Amino acid sequence: MKKEITVTINGEAHTVEVEPRLLLVHLIREQLSMTGTHIGCDTSSCGACTILVDGKSIKSCTMLAIQADGKSIITVEGLATVEGLHPLQEGFKENHGLHCGFCTPGMMLRAVELLEKNPNPTEEEIRWGISGNLCRCTGYNNIVKAIQYAGAKIRGEELPSTEPEFV
Amino acid sequence: MIPAPFEYDAPATLDEAIALLEKHGDEAKILAGGHSLIPMMKLRFASPEHLIDINNIPGLSYIKEEDGYLKIGAMTRESELEESELIRSTYPIFTDASKLIADPQVRNMGTIGGNIAHGDAANDHPAVMLALRAEVIATGPGGQRAIPIDEFFFGFYMTALQPNEILTEIRIPSLSAGSGTAYHKLERKVGDYATAGVAVHIALDGDGVCQSAGIGLTNVNATPLRAARSEEALIGKKLTEETIAAAAQAASEDCNPSADLRGDVEYKRSMVRVLVKRMINKAMDRI
Repeated sequence: MKKEITVTINGEAHTVEVEPRLLLVHLIREQLSMTGTHIGCDTSSCGACTILVDGKSIKSCTMLAIQADGKSIITVEGLATVEGLHPLQEGFKENHGLHCGFCTPGMMLRAVELLEKNPNPTEEEIRWGISGNLCRCTGYNNIVKAIQYAGAKIRGEELPSTEPEFV
Repeated sequence: MIPAPFEYDAPATLDEAIALLEKHGDEAKILAGGHSLIPMMKLRFASPEHLIDINNIPGLSYIKEEDGYLKIGAMTRESELEESELIRSTYPIFTDASKLIADPQVRNMGTIGGNIAHGDAANDHPAVMLALRAEVIATGPGGQRAIPIDEFFFGFYMTALQPNEILTEIRIPSLSAGSGTAYHKLERKVGDYATAGVAVHIALDGDGVCQSAGIGLTNVNATPLRAARSEEALIGKKLTEETIAAAAQAASEDCNPSADLRGDVEYKRSMVRVLVKRMINKAMDRI
């Protein structure tokens, strides 16, 4: 039996009817047509479907849409503002933090919470922090640099070099 | 992957949740963090007809010391355990375990109560609970009852919880002076189940003689396993290299691992031996 829920996504309230078994990622991608949130493994391993629910990064393939009733969600579509890119988007752009781009939305949403909790993480803390996100291109070094860049930008410090790293 | 259809309720009180359990019996499942149950439902290993979501019930998430116990609400998220100052300073065994459970996003959802109630010997908290001699509080129509952890795990996904009961709290006797704790699991990669995991709690007196010992093993038996002979090998003795080696040897003999992609039986026994030794030493360093 379908139930009516209201979910706020990137500041906009959506009232929809959902079957209890509908996964949150399917609501976002298929019913609401926001395809920036990706489905990778569909088994809560890869982190491509990571979004923020009430400020916490979660894997939207393993949460029911009905559980998001009344909650506030941020997806990758909600990162940039009229002023420009979010510091993480800028960091990924400047540091070649993406190759194919499939993991990027999940990586960035995860990093939003990471930097909120720990504004100046060490490299090791960043690597543990994104341990639930897989990059199939194995571009982790530049992803770490992108997050360091965003951290510096958010802290208002001098931005680190964006020379790409070839290992 | 999409779960089979089910009915969904998200009661606002524990009484309502228990009433729903009474109504639907074993056709209903409790939804806590959902990171064991929802994957099983997506794979159609589980097809409950009713889900009772207890995430909207207030008052089930807390970490506090009270009446000689550390009390942890069943809906406390792994990430909350990981970030708690009380846990970090006094019960580092939980910080050890939480950091190794799945990954940050899963820990934002996964709960300590769900980890235990799932009854999976591959989960990490059960061994920690064995080491700390915890009690599990089950709340049902008749009120609360305390279940000693040694009487909680029955078999694969089977626990002492009745169909009309909800695990609501975990109680751990406050650590005595001279206590040290540690947990580690060997995992092939982040998010994997343990190849083997070992939880240790020891308490030494002023002369360095072991007064009490708790050792729990992860994923090397059909149920979470207490290494009883290893504990006996330590109690009443000074923890010399020989004593610790004897305890480690006993655990490697008494566990019952099965061969799988993570390793064969002898390898896993060997890892239990290594980890018991290391965790006793780590627990001693933390006293």
